[in-house]
Amino acid sequence: MKTELRTNLKAIFGRAYVRLVGAHREPSWLASEALLPLLSTASFVYVYKALKAPEEYTGFVILGGAMTAYWINVLWSMAAQFYWEKEMGNLELYLVAPISRMAILLGMATGGFYLASTRAVFVFVVGSLIFKVNFVVISLGKLALIFFLTQVALYGLGMIFSSLFMLFGREAWHTTNLFQEPIYLLSGFFFPVKSLGFTIGLLASFIPLTLGLDGMRQLAFKGGKESGLLNVNLEIIALVILSIFFLIAAHYALKYMENMGKKEGRLTLRWQ
Amino acid sequence: MAFDRLKENLRTTRLAGKLGWAMEANWADPFLFAIYSIIRPIASSLILVFMYLVVTRGKTSFDLFAYIFLGNTFFMYVYNVLFGISWVIHEDREHYEMLRYIYIAPIRMYYYLFGRGIAKLITTTIAIIITLAFGMIVLKIPIDLLKVNYPLFFITLIVGLFVITCLGILLAGITMLTAHHSFALTEGLGGIFYLACGAIFQIDLLPNWLQYISKALPLTYWLELLRRSILGKSLSLTLAKYSNFQLLLIMLLTTALLALFSDYIYKLIEHVARKKGKIDQVINY
Repeated sequence: MKTELRTNLKAIFGRAYVRLVGAHREPSWLASEALLPLLSTASFVYVYKALKAPEEYTGFVILGGAMTAYWINVLWSMAAQFYWEKEMGNLELYLVAPISRMAILLGMATGGFYLASTRAVFVFVVGSLIFKVNFVVISLGKLALIFFLTQVALYGLGMIFSSLFMLFGREAWHTTNLFQEPIYLLSGFFFPVKSLGFTIGLLASFIPLTLGLDGMRQLAFKGGKESGLLNVNLEIIALVILSIFFLIAAHYALKYMENMGKKEGRLTLRWQ
Repeated sequence: MAFDRLKENLRTTRLAGKLGWAMEANWADPFLFAIYSIIRPIASSLILVFMYLVVTRGKTSFDLFAYIFLGNTFFMYVYNVLFGISWVIHEDREHYEMLRYIYIAPIRMYYYLFGRGIAKLITTTIAIIITLAFGMIVLKIPIDLLKVNYPLFFITLIVGLFVITCLGILLAGITMLTAHHSFALTEGLGGIFYLACGAIFQIDLLPNWLQYISKALPLTYWLELLRRSILGKSLSLTLAKYSNFQLLLIMLLTTALLALFSDYIYKLIEHVARKKGKIDQVINY
C-alpha cells in the first residue's frame, strides 16, 4: 500500500516535472502564453468601452479572460493529451507501468495548472492595472474557496474528457475545437451568464467555470451581485458536489474506456 | 525554365491543398465536421452579440451592432488561416513526423504551406457564409445583398486573404523555432491583429501609439473596406476621411511590404531552423 502510494506520487511528480521544466526551457512560451493572450482580452474590453458599458464590465472581461487559460489548459493539455500521448506512443507505456491512470492525469493537471496560472495571473494583474479595474471584494475567503473548488471540479471534468479522448482518432482535433468558443459563450466568460436566461445558465452550470466565474464576479465587483445567477453559498455547495462527482466519475470512466480500448484494440492505434 | 518552375509550384500548391482538405474534412466524421463548421463560428459571434445585448438591454438596431458582427465574422479568416498554416509545421513535424520527407522532396516548402492554407480558406469561407446567414436571418443584421458593392468586396477580400496567407507563412517560420505550444503563439498573434486592427470596435478608441501601429497594418484597411462594401458606410472617425480608393491603395502598398517581409523572414528562419536541427524536432511534454 505504502509502496503503491509512493509510486503514484512519483508518477504525479514525473508527469508534472516535464511540463514545469519544459516551460522554462522555452522562453518563447512566456510571450505566447502570458503576454499575447492579454491582447484578445483587451479587445473585449474595448467592445464594452465602445458600448459605454458600466465600469464593472471591464473587470468581468479581465476575470473571464484570465480564466480562459484554465479552460484552454484543461481542453488541450488534459482532455486531448491522452490522444496526443497515444499518437506519440506514450500511452501504452503509461498503461504497462504499475501506476494509476489518475496519477498521470493529476501530474498533467499539476504541471498544466502551473502553466495556465502563469497566463491567468499575467492577464489578470496586467489587465487590471492597464484598464484600472475597480475591485470591491466582499469576502476574500469565499473568493479563494470558490476559485479552488472551480479548479478541482474543472480538472476533474478534464479527467473525464481524457478518458473519452483516449479512444478518439483524428476527429479529436475538431472535438477539442468544438468545446472552445461554445463554452466561452455558455459559461459567460465575457458577460454575466445570467443574460443567457436562468434555464440556460443553470444547464451551463454543469461546467464548473460557469459557477466559478459567476461566484467570483459576485464577490469581487460592485455590480456583481445584481448580475449573479445564483446565491454564492449555493454556488459553493454546487461546486463541492461537482468536484466530488467529476473525480469519482473520472475514475470509473478511465477504467471503462481503457477496457473498451483494450477490447477493440484502439489504445495503440496511431494516425487513424 | 521559369515556366517549369511555375508549373511545379502550382502543382505543389494544388496537391498540398488537396491534402489539407483531406485532413481537415475527410478524416473527420461528417456529422462532427458539420457541427464543428456551424456551431463554432456562430458561438464566437454570439459571445459578442450577448456582450452587446447585455449593455443595450436587448436593442440591436444600432449601426455598431452590424459593425462589430461583420468585423468579427471576417476576422475568422485571420484566426483560422494563421492557425491552419502555422499548425502544419507542428503537425507534420511532431505528430505525423513527415516534415523531413517533405523537405527532401523536390518541392518548395513555401508553396506547400500556401497550399495547406487553401484548405483552411475553404472551410473558413463556409463558416463565414453560415455566420452571415445567421446574422441576417436571426439577428436581423441590416445587410441588403442588392446594395453590396461587390467589386470592392471581392477585390478587398482577395487582397486580404493574400495578406493573411503571407502572415501564416511568416508564423509557420517562427513555429519552426518554437516548441509545440506554438498554438498559443498563433492565438496570441491573432489577438494582436484582433486588437490593433479594430476587428470588433473602432480603432478611434485605441490609445494614440496603438493607432499608429493599427494604421501600418493592411488588415485594418481590409476590415474597413469589407464593412464599407457591405454596409455602405464607415463608423470609424479616423478612417472616414479616406475614400475607398485611397484605402485600397494603402492596403495594396502595406500588403506588398508585408509579403516581402514575410518571404524574407521565412527564408531566414528556415535557414536557422535547419542549422539548429529543428526540422525534425519532437517534444513530448
